[in-house]
Amino acid sequence: MPVLEIEELKKAFVPPGGTAPVPVVDIGSFSLEAGEQVALSGSSGSGKTTLLHLVAGILAADSGRVRVAGTDMTSLGEAGRDRLRAESIGYIFQTFNLLQGYSCLENVLLGMSFGPGADLAHARSLLGRVGLADRLDYLPRQLSTGQQQRVAVARAVANRPRLVLADEPTGNLDPSNARQALELIRGICTENNAALLLVSHDPAVLASFQRVVSLSELNRAARKEVAL
Amino acid sequence: MTLALLVRRSLRQHLLSTVVTALSLAMAGGLLMSVWVVRKQARETFTGQTGAWDAVLGARGAKLQLVLNALFHLEASAGNVAFSDFEAIATNRAVALAVPIAVGDNYLGYRIVGTRTNLFTEAEASPGRRFVLGKGGRLFEDGYREAVVGSFVAARIGLKVGDTFKPYHGLNFNPKEQHEDEYLVTGILEPSNTPADRVIWIPLEGLQNMTGHAAATATDVSAVLVKLRSPIAGQQLDLMYNKQGNRLTFAWPLGAVLSQLFDKMGWFDKVLELVAYLVVLVAAGSVLASIYNSMSARRRDIAILRALGARRSTVFSAIVLEAAAIAGFGMVGALGFHFAFLSVAAGVIRSQTGVVLSVWSWDPILVVAPLGLVLLGALAGIVPALKAYRSPVAENLVPES
Repeated sequence: MPVLEIEELKKAFVPPGGTAPVPVVDIGSFSLEAGEQVALSGSSGSGKTTLLHLVAGILAADSGRVRVAGTDMTSLGEAGRDRLRAESIGYIFQTFNLLQGYSCLENVLLGMSFGPGADLAHARSLLGRVGLADRLDYLPRQLSTGQQQRVAVARAVANRPRLVLADEPTGNLDPSNARQALELIRGICTENNAALLLVSHDPAVLASFQRVVSLSELNRAARKEVAL
Repeated sequence: MTLALLVRRSLRQHLLSTVVTALSLAMAGGLLMSVWVVRKQARETFTGQTGAWDAVLGARGAKLQLVLNALFHLEASAGNVAFSDFEAIATNRAVALAVPIAVGDNYLGYRIVGTRTNLFTEAEASPGRRFVLGKGGRLFEDGYREAVVGSFVAARIGLKVGDTFKPYHGLNFNPKEQHEDEYLVTGILEPSNTPADRVIWIPLEGLQNMTGHAAATATDVSAVLVKLRSPIAGQQLDLMYNKQGNRLTFAWPLGAVLSQLFDKMGWFDKVLELVAYLVVLVAAGSVLASIYNSMSARRRDIAILRALGARRSTVFSAIVLEAAAIAGFGMVGALGFHFAFLSVAAGVIRSQTGVVLSVWSWDPILVVAPLGLVLLGALAGIVPALKAYRSPVAENLVPES
């Protein structure tokens, strides 16, 4: 059974100053198997982040279906989507989105606490796995950009999610850190047999994936945008 | 555990506003508790401060003025009582003890009261407690220019056994009106925590015959303190002096007479209480404002928490708990402020009236007010919590540029 299945997913927004909703995501069909790693390429404004938010349940779809680990996300209420996200989805943001007032360890523990529950030993072990065993009590601002990204990765995979979403995870890193971060994300997903959906427009990143899907082809709304 | 961590970290992140808000709540809570306790204790202590006396006989006038003058050594005397009136009540079979007092002089502003030694030997300073003389002292002897000094006066102006002083005429200190008569201090009273501590006691005849006092009234007294044999006796004397007679006033029962004082001050009481409640409301408003104003700075953290899977209810609860925690910290400080306020108030009341309030005594308000204010703080947190609850996730995940 695929970890992620998308069918006829649609989302439109009313632009500022506008009156009629403008389609942003319009995807016919897409799926991802357990352990599969797919890169989603797309230019700015092609609906990448909106798609990831819809898959993560942060945004509710206007219509269509998103199934994550066999559960129909679109049939759930907000609390149900929150629970499914906490238990089955790991989300790595381009800007890391670490909680600045919390230590590295607390960031990871918080990520766990909304899902199956905080596991201190597992959190420590994960931070050790990403090379931050000696930075557990550091605040994010006390870490380098690359280290912050590694905390974000540890937090995203702390609940052993079935699906990991990564939104331009290397966009803010230098080439060396970008390569290391990518290897880390892909390595941990492989270890956990988690499906990875990674969005990037970096050719070097895209080139490292066997399956690359162009969002401008996948997303009919983006195609219309291009045609216009 | 998660909520506790969220609250702890948020308090730390907004430390300055947390401290300032908690302090404002501490002062508000302290003020509320102090007003309550001072009001309650003042009423209880004043109305229970009548010592072992049941009634006061004085010149025709207001009962409250008579009691304040004779027992609390406040106010002016309404007039004199003939010595024969004193003798009449002293020999009345319904009366267990009658002690005359005479006022009209002071020493450096402290009231000098003429009386007889049986005030110290037969009467009680307060129920179940006699007057006690300090070491090396003795009572004055009737007919001699001797004085026994209350503990508060002795401490304030440094009078000790063997010292001499010359009284001043009138109840208020005027350096130009010093009498020639010189008095010897024979004893200092141990603190009795009653208005007697603020008085210099001399023989009744000493005050009556002080040089410069009118000879025509030399045998008069200012009032007579009365201990009754039974409560029924009070009714008989009340009838005799107040209803059938028209020369004298028999102030009885003393508790009811003193209650008039607080009844008259009722409006002031209510204003004070209202001010305290307003201060509490303003402080609760400061909890609301401080958290609400920080919401724009928190919106990204809230969005991140939601993206990690936190439910709206979790975010809502964290904000309400944070407000309650700020109020909780404030209430710890409030107890400190309360005892500080009360110590100051008790000191002022003692120096002005001799009545001692108990700073450290237990009162249910010390639990009820803090719990109420923590609840009020939590309620104040609901408004910003609702804002957090409604905060959109996707648009707030983007860092502010």
